Amino acid sequence: MDDLLADFLTETNESLAELDTALIRLEQAPDDQATLSLIFRLVHTIKGTCGFLGLPRLEKLAHASENVLGRFRDGALVPAPGAITVILQAIDRIKLIVAGLEATEAEPAGDDTALIGALNALMEGGASLPAPAAEPLAGGGGETPAEPAAGSAEATEANAAPCPAPSAELVDSPVVPGESGVAAQTIRVSVDVLEDLMTLVSELVLARNQLLQLARTQANSPFTVPLQRLSHITTDLQEGVMKTRMQPIGNAWNKLPRLVRDLARETGKRIELSMHGAETELDRQVLEFIKDPLTHMVRNSADHGLETAAERRAAGKPETGRISLNAFHEGGHIIIEIADDGRGLNTRRIAEKALAQGLVTEAELAQMSETAIHQFIFRPGFSTAAAVTAVSGRGVGMDVVKTNIEKIGGTIELASREGRGTTVTIKIPLTLAIVSALIVECARERFAIPQISVVELVRTGGGSDTAIERINRTPVLRLRDRLLPLVRLASLLALDDGEAQEGAEAFIVVTKVGTENFGLIVDRVFDTEEIVVKPVAPILRDITLFSGNTILGDGSVIMILDPNGIARSVGIGAAGAAERTGLVETAKSAEVTAGGRTSLLLFRAGGSEPKAVPLGLVARLEEITTDRIERAGNRLLVQYRGQLMPLVPMDVDLDDPTVTRRPVLVFSDGGRSMGLVVDAILDVVEDVVDIQLGSSRPGILGSAVIAQRATEIIDTGHWLALAAHDWFATRHAPAGGRRPHLLVIDDSAFFRHMLVPVLTAAGYEVTAAETADAALRLREQGQQFDAIVSDIEMPGMDGFAFARAVREDPRWAALPLVALTSRVADADILRGREAGFTDYVAKFDREALLAGIAQVLATRRETEAV
Amino acid sequence: MTATAEIARPAQPVRGANDEARDVYVTLTVGGQLCGIPVLLVRDILGPQAITRIPLARAEVAGSLNLRGRIVTAIDLCRRLGVARAGSAPSMSVVVEHQGELYSLLVDHVGEVLRLDAEGREQNPPTLAPEWRALSTGIFRLAGELLVVLDVAAVLDL
Repeated sequence: MDDLLADFLTETNESLAELDTALIRLEQAPDDQATLSLIFRLVHTIKGTCGFLGLPRLEKLAHASENVLGRFRDGALVPAPGAITVILQAIDRIKLIVAGLEATEAEPAGDDTALIGALNALMEGGASLPAPAAEPLAGGGGETPAEPAAGSAEATEANAAPCPAPSAELVDSPVVPGESGVAAQTIRVSVDVLEDLMTLVSELVLARNQLLQLARTQANSPFTVPLQRLSHITTDLQEGVMKTRMQPIGNAWNKLPRLVRDLARETGKRIELSMHGAETELDRQVLEFIKDPLTHMVRNSADHGLETAAERRAAGKPETGRISLNAFHEGGHIIIEIADDGRGLNTRRIAEKALAQGLVTEAELAQMSETAIHQFIFRPGFSTAAAVTAVSGRGVGMDVVKTNIEKIGGTIELASREGRGTTVTIKIPLTLAIVSALIVECARERFAIPQISVVELVRTGGGSDTAIERINRTPVLRLRDRLLPLVRLASLLALDDGEAQEGAEAFIVVTKVGTENFGLIVDRVFDTEEIVVKPVAPILRDITLFSGNTILGDGSVIMILDPNGIARSVGIGAAGAAERTGLVETAKSAEVTAGGRTSLLLFRAGGSEPKAVPLGLVARLEEITTDRIERAGNRLLVQYRGQLMPLVPMDVDLDDPTVTRRPVLVFSDGGRSMGLVVDAILDVVEDVVDIQLGSSRPGILGSAVIAQRATEIIDTGHWLALAAHDWFATRHAPAGGRRPHLLVIDDSAFFRHMLVPVLTAAGYEVTAAETADAALRLREQGQQFDAIVSDIEMPGMDGFAFARAVREDPRWAALPLVALTSRVADADILRGREAGFTDYVAKFDREALLAGIAQVLATRRETEAV
Repeated sequence: MTATAEIARPAQPVRGANDEARDVYVTLTVGGQLCGIPVLLVRDILGPQAITRIPLARAEVAGSLNLRGRIVTAIDLCRRLGVARAGSAPSMSVVVEHQGELYSLLVDHVGEVLRLDAEGREQNPPTLAPEWRALSTGIFRLAGELLVVLDVAAVLDL
């Protein structure tokens, strides 16, 4: 039988039983408003549902009854016994039809006109009030409330008299079956009762586990056999109770065909929705949680993912777009796939957006895979901007979807190919109450890790083939052909009692969060165990590394680790590589003060003292074998990623035959790359760059104390120029006296990182902002500068608009404003001056920039002196 | 699990109003100091327990333990009050309920249950260390000893 019809029958049978008693109650107390409302509501519901299911006979009857009841409720008709009788007759007829429906799944044939006529007559009789006495048909309704108790047989007969036809027919009606088949098969149980049962069963499972654990320690215990039985029964009971909470996932899909149809109409697209595995069952609670995210994702697919028919035709695809939903069980989890064959995610737009929002630097972006870039759509607030959704789609609230899925211990993955479509895969536990967890030990403490996040286990050290390797002090593992970042659980949980012994046996729990894998280093791995997740006490809620706690089979309490929380705390996850470096942090806050902390790459090149370069400038670190280096004239080249990349040795003797491999710092800017050959990569540190000594040596900005050592900060521009001839290498003498404070605005992180050290070395104090808006915020904060250097082409407010905004407000109106642009044409210069720029400097001309700044500052000093 | 002893609750109507019943205290010693907790708040007295450490939790949180299937957070009362533990012996604990959650207060020793006259309660001396003043609601002068009444809600307000 159709699910809807079955539900309807169950519900209607319940309603009908309730109606019988309510009507009798009404007959005895005609002015009981509560009962009247209840009856009206019940009949109204029946009517509404039959209309929906397409049961015309039932609907007409219910409709007529409802009309009469409506008049009762409004007080226009008094529910006298005669009228009640007619209603009861109608109810009986409804029961008859419902019984027929149950038997044949179709409305039985029959004629209800007489009964409906009687009902209508009753209603109209009431309508002619307040002249009841004059209307013969109003016999029932006309009875005054003064004699309501006259519910005698006589009164009934008298009142029934005006409607002889129905009563005649009613005699023929077969007696309604006393008990309905459907009603007997299902009963309604309050959800609370089921929840309580589940809690109790969870406790029982725990108690059973404890008993089993005890029994295992005793050989030949007389309890073994009964315990085994208890265990089986408990398992069956657990399954049984779980089943009561199970609902087919189709329940969450019911509304989707309609939604898709409406969306197709609105957007003028042709969409076909196919659903597989609707019968896959999952816990009611889980179902509630995923309902909204599912709807959201299907809406996204229909709205943004799929193209219009015309676009599809142009792309050589069938006009009708497909959205498919697929649900199935896999290893104690439910997998739900939402796939479309639409345009896919627009990686470029997402990358641009991420850059604009300061989520990532250009250098980092250059190293990110497409999949990693796609993950940005899960970032909070990322998608709210219309620009992305309008063009590439997907997005509004994907962060909410992800949060909701993760809240129930699920995971969400996204695979998209431009022009081919997008598939979102959700993996959720069958139930929230009991989860399977891997028990691990770390620093003599045990912890549970939800099995859903565990990909594999690797044993290292202690004679096994694999070993943990270290880059500086960061542990990593070579896992097949990938480098797996490792997290020492003991360090993370501050359980370290000293450094871990090298080479000792350890286990790595390879954990998956989003699309990223990482390894948790633990001391030992025990079994997996079914655990009941309990929330932690309120005073522990601020520790985000735990998702709950539980009691194990041996009765001890154990904390449950939250892989998502761990990933967040170490900077792994949907964020991509972004949050790991301090540079991104600073870029995010939109202003980087030269006095602030910067991530620096320390290396050695020509000489024993360390050299440093802002990490943000370095696109990649590579190692090349010296025999790959080719010479063209006096230039060194290497084939790199299908291109020839110029190499510049930094005081390194490339002809030294004892060294066959050389580390190379790769700098990328737009499509260009160059490699700086050094002796050794030392470390990545975060420190304050305070250049204390200028340098006269080309290529070195000066020296600063980095990580407690005198370190030379290299002038990237100089080295880039050697490779690309774009840069001029002379240094400008630092200005004396008080260090003038400059505000530098440039949307390119590369140039910001470039300019800040250059200007700092030239004796200025520098604050950098990445957008004009950020700069204007500094004005709102009351910051004062001596001059402003601004880029012209920027997303959002451009340089011209910024200049006008600066001139409009008295606070900064008098400041010298130097325009920085890659495009110098007379018209531009004119336009720049009109907008309020004091001077105009080519972006790559450092000499001119430094001279220009010095000049505008000098002019200002003179003006002020006057 | 070791033996637990359930405290017989004083029947409330014995002396009528709730206020008077609150004057029954479970006494305990923390770092040598006699303290009292209103008996109505006390759910259990436990002997030494296996306590699971909770990494990253504040120092006052000793860990969590299993009390008949319920997870109870253990608070080290010595740490909370900033005193040194008198002996190194495993602590006893007093389980209290606060806002629907169970907490076990680790103490050096649990003593007898005293019924004290409400009028005998005195204000905290103003010279008392601030952490003690914040966690105590008054002092009783007993024969030869002073009893500090602990404010359980304040103690658990971490």
